[in-house]
Amino acid sequence: MMSIRYAFKRSLPVMAGYLVLGIGFGILLETKGYGVWWALLMSVFIYAGSMQYVAIDLLSGGASLLSAALMTLMVNARHLFYGISMIERYKGTGKKKPYLIFALTDETYSLVCSGEAPEGVDQKKYFFWVSLFDQSYWVIGSIAGSLIGSFIHFNTSGIEFSMTALFIVVFVEQWKSASSHLSAVIGVAASVACLLFFGPDSFLIPSMVTITAALTAFRKVLDKKQKEREGAGNG
Amino acid sequence: MDNLHAGLMVAVIALVTILLRGIPFIVFGGRKKTPAFIVYLSDVLPYAIMGMLVVYCLRSVDILKKPYGLPELISGLAVVLLHLWKRNTLLSIALGTIIYMTLVQTVF
Repeated sequence: MMSIRYAFKRSLPVMAGYLVLGIGFGILLETKGYGVWWALLMSVFIYAGSMQYVAIDLLSGGASLLSAALMTLMVNARHLFYGISMIERYKGTGKKKPYLIFALTDETYSLVCSGEAPEGVDQKKYFFWVSLFDQSYWVIGSIAGSLIGSFIHFNTSGIEFSMTALFIVVFVEQWKSASSHLSAVIGVAASVACLLFFGPDSFLIPSMVTITAALTAFRKVLDKKQKEREGAGNG
Repeated sequence: MDNLHAGLMVAVIALVTILLRGIPFIVFGGRKKTPAFIVYLSDVLPYAIMGMLVVYCLRSVDILKKPYGLPELISGLAVVLLHLWKRNTLLSIALGTIIYMTLVQTVF
């Protein structure tokens, strides 16, 4: 019981964010003609915020399955990193482990990646409940958004900008925390160049290839920056 | 898009996501060390991909035709400035979207 209460308390900041972003997702999905069952299906089985916003576009734009897979690979590649850093902490979680791994979103990661649980709280139970609470907020938000979108009729033209705004905000956050802006600049420059060259309908895959190639080419520079910063942080 | 294709697409996205989340536990769950290149990529890729996603969202904006991408420029700048000022994610997204909706519905 202690563990559940502690998990709930820790998850409260995520609740606000997930409910609002979930509602935005539900409304947007609804305006593209995919109702509440689609919102439920996606939030239960995909459960990845940014990617679900991108998925609305892929669905309404009639993208191919291959480009959907590649897009997911690029947008969610950061989860590899979360997994790598949670291997030790999630050891010995038994039957809960598959769900813990499935539900490891950015926000949940931020709640489970550090710190020890206080006395009387079972850490493994805490991992499980915090993961479950977070996903519940996301699912409830998505469903609420879908229902709001279908019952309350207002001029929704321009509402798709919420997705642009979300990515701009994350971009700004990352810009401020990065040890080097080179990666962000590569991302924007490569995408704009490919957009001009290949056009809006087919520039994504060339962009992803260009970005990966450029990051590989600049590995020495970026690795050095990262090390310098870690050195400065420890010093 | 028909329901079958849409359903398959949701399944594909879900599958790739769970694979990305699960692969480290399967591949590196033993004592083996994670290859440095994978660690490097998962470290720097997010910055580049977020830039790509911003461009992706704005891909259909035509700056040579009226309204010359002005609603996107104004709202985008508002989001950046608001976020640098208040650092409140939900506020930046909500106000930015309201500004954009107002611009495309009433001004442009």
